[in-house]
Amino acid sequence: MPFIPHTPDDTRSMLEAIDVDGIAALFEEIPASLRAQSLAGVPPAVTEREIGRLMHERAFADGGFLTFIGAGAYEHHIPAAVWEITTRGEFYTAYTPYQAEASQGTLQLLYEFQTMIASLTGLEVANASLYDGASALAEAVLMAVRLHGSSRRVLMPETVHPYYRKVVATIVGAQSITLEALPMDDRGRTALAAVTEKLPGAAALVIPQPNFFGLLEDVHEMASAARAAGALAIGVVNPLACAWLAPPGEWGPGCDIAVGEGQPLGVPLSSGGPYFGFMATRREHVRQMPGRLVGRTADAAGHEAFTLTLQAREQHIRRSKATSNICTNQGLLVTAATIHMALLGPAGLRQVALASHANTARLVERLTQIPGVERAFPETPFFHEAALRIKAPVGDVLRALEAQGILGGYPLGETYPGWEDGLLVCATETKTEADIAHFAEHLERIVTKRRLDPPCAYKDDNTRRA
Amino acid sequence: MLIFERSKPGRTNSAHMPVVSTPPSDVPETLLRRTPLVLPEVSELQVVRHYTRLSQRNFAIDTHFYPLGSCTMKYNPRIANRLAMLPGFLDRHPLAPETTGQGMLASLFELQEILREVTGMAGVSLTPMAGAQGEFAGVAMIRAYHKGRHDEGRDQILIPKAAHGTNPATAAMCGYEVREIDVDDQGDIDLAALDAALGPRTAGLMLTNPSTLGVFDRHILEIARRVHAAGGLLYYDGANLNAILGKVKPGDMGFDVIHLNLHKTFSTPHGGGGPGAGPVGVAERLLPFLPVPYVGETRGQYHWITEKTRPQSIGRLSTFMGNTGVLLRAYVYARVVGREGMPRIADYATLNANYLLVRLARLGYEPAYPKRRATHEFLLTLKTLKERTGVTATDVAKRLLDKGFHAPTVYFPLMVPECLLIEPTETESREELDAFVTAMEEIWREAHESPEVLKAAPERLPVRRVDEVRAARGLDLAWRPEARA
Repeated sequence: MPFIPHTPDDTRSMLEAIDVDGIAALFEEIPASLRAQSLAGVPPAVTEREIGRLMHERAFADGGFLTFIGAGAYEHHIPAAVWEITTRGEFYTAYTPYQAEASQGTLQLLYEFQTMIASLTGLEVANASLYDGASALAEAVLMAVRLHGSSRRVLMPETVHPYYRKVVATIVGAQSITLEALPMDDRGRTALAAVTEKLPGAAALVIPQPNFFGLLEDVHEMASAARAAGALAIGVVNPLACAWLAPPGEWGPGCDIAVGEGQPLGVPLSSGGPYFGFMATRREHVRQMPGRLVGRTADAAGHEAFTLTLQAREQHIRRSKATSNICTNQGLLVTAATIHMALLGPAGLRQVALASHANTARLVERLTQIPGVERAFPETPFFHEAALRIKAPVGDVLRALEAQGILGGYPLGETYPGWEDGLLVCATETKTEADIAHFAEHLERIVTKRRLDPPCAYKDDNTRRA
Repeated sequence: MLIFERSKPGRTNSAHMPVVSTPPSDVPETLLRRTPLVLPEVSELQVVRHYTRLSQRNFAIDTHFYPLGSCTMKYNPRIANRLAMLPGFLDRHPLAPETTGQGMLASLFELQEILREVTGMAGVSLTPMAGAQGEFAGVAMIRAYHKGRHDEGRDQILIPKAAHGTNPATAAMCGYEVREIDVDDQGDIDLAALDAALGPRTAGLMLTNPSTLGVFDRHILEIARRVHAAGGLLYYDGANLNAILGKVKPGDMGFDVIHLNLHKTFSTPHGGGGPGAGPVGVAERLLPFLPVPYVGETRGQYHWITEKTRPQSIGRLSTFMGNTGVLLRAYVYARVVGREGMPRIADYATLNANYLLVRLARLGYEPAYPKRRATHEFLLTLKTLKERTGVTATDVAKRLLDKGFHAPTVYFPLMVPECLLIEPTETESREELDAFVTAMEEIWREAHESPEVLKAAPERLPVRRVDEVRAARGLDLAWRPEARA
């Protein structure tokens, strides 16, 4: 029996101690008509070796592509030590630190994490994480509405990640909150005229930096306008970018809340999760912040100690009056992120941000040399992603690239009407000059329909990337 | 010592620094960071040693018996972690084409099918990222269902008093008024109270069965009949599914919608508090509302089912498709346990709980429901012990830490005074349970002979009892360089 240690003798003696004649007797309070159903749809047990073989085959089939997709999840180098330490059983198999004395490791780590996120975002306090970037934004919207008190209207630029906007709509949808869209201007940024027009009477303004197109918004103007109108400013940021670009705390008078996707900080792409969302705010707003918080305190002997704090905001105490129904954080991912940030340090993190920016600049320069490929917003600075317009059917181009082992970007037509010719590309620090050249050569061949190198099967073992 | 206090200006790890010849950037100076970044400057060895030592200040399943009630802290098989972390899975971008993720999609599809079978539901979506998000999805589907029928007056969700706090918090998030229902003196729902609450305002009833009181509600079929007769739907909180896995299907009990906690029943790691995964299952009539995306299969090819073909879906809950890495771990676990293994999980989880209950009751510990069988967990109340000795549930919990056991869940459910909710799980051996009984026997003796020892516990951990009041008052939530003494 997998993972069950009982010998027949154990079972017998335990049943004797309980004074029943079989395990079935322990279930006698359950109506008989409900018991012992068929499990025909569950496959029979396999051994560790058999499942290992199956999963190796499946993982091998899925792997080995050269990826230029960003769009909210980014390939970065993760130092080997990060997951070596993170998957130690003492971190991996512990639970939420309810018993502080038996959880000082996790608690201190979370306190260090909160410190790092507060500094990255330029704000005073951060929580111990939320599920992911999109759900963190939804929680920020709810928090802003609670803080504002009299308005339930939130301004949401169209340049915010389309899936973030969908998730926010799902989560706040039942609470009579209006999400008002803000259009983008012809430079790919949120139209400031629309911001000033719609801000009066709004509870909050969401400000993405960089935005979904990789572009840098007028964050100082937007945050200032929000403050002047009595609305809260919510920054949605890439945490890596914050090591180089101005963080939300520095925008105009400073944002009230900053959230984002933590994945670029040591979390593998892993088909979309698990990732973690982060949230930081001003100290005066902390009691309206959802999620776990760790505080530094002392033990009975006066020594430094850490514990969960302000739990009175949470569902297990406040029930239907809680700030959120959230119970946990994304502890294991935060463990990885904390170790990752400690290993990179301030210089390392900034260097990764700069390298990603520089690589994308090189990629864009190289790709726009191809006839029929141009930048959608050539005048607007970007962080590490850029929107291109391609004079060829984007779906066909991407399929042709995929046949060569290249994932060429995110087709913007998927989520933006009128962008059927749009492609969002990203080159992080993981891409070499040769990778960029390889992508450009194939794109050029496909777009210009030159058939000098006939497409051939890419996936042979000599060329696949481990 | 904090990692920041080990920092020394100028120390870097060049192995992790990409080499860049930075070309001129057109990013204006005003958009660049002005304030210094508070991250430590430490060597790789310092980092590895610091966090390894921190890890050793934790209790974990791998190091200690962890009988935390309603949390199902069972062994997390290493193979699930190893296989979920194969490079082909880890390196795949979430927006990569479906053609490049057939292995991952096949695994998720098969997991959906397995969960469908063990829950007796018509359809499953794996996308909720935690139990609480699964709950949210479930209640949002109830709302969408009534709305779709133009059945507008249903603005109440009924929840038993003993329920976990997420239930009412979720109902409130979904815009519902919460109405609490009493339980009777045997831990079952009070049917008269239920009848009094049911009516045209009832959207649904959220129920955990076995309940958080550690007993199976014997009237479940009658409860389902009455809720349905009133036009409400029945929500199953899968927190305690380990008690009945492979033996009783929530769908057969009459539930319309269910969430599972894969980090409990399917043994994915708790990770110090996440990530979890909270898949939802639904009966036929709720299928159109399932959260997207989930996996479909056509002639052996797997694909995402999205809002494009499910316009009535309650929508998306995560940026991409949920906690894939957690789902792969659950899939590996489900395959290794297999058809034969699933009912054995419920069998041995229940055997362990009943054995522990009988042994502890013989020592003098008072079961909250002495006439009932334990399910996979049971509830003790220390009300009498406290009256006689002044010893509280917290004192017992802290003393257990000294004796090398993680404490059970304490003070939950709130309605039972000084309670301990104990869940041993099926993966603990009889020897481990006996050692726990011995520790509880010593604590019983100490409570009567030297209660001050319990009050002062723990004394053998890295820290003594932590001052939570001071933490809330001082609210020190982040280290600051200027605070360095």
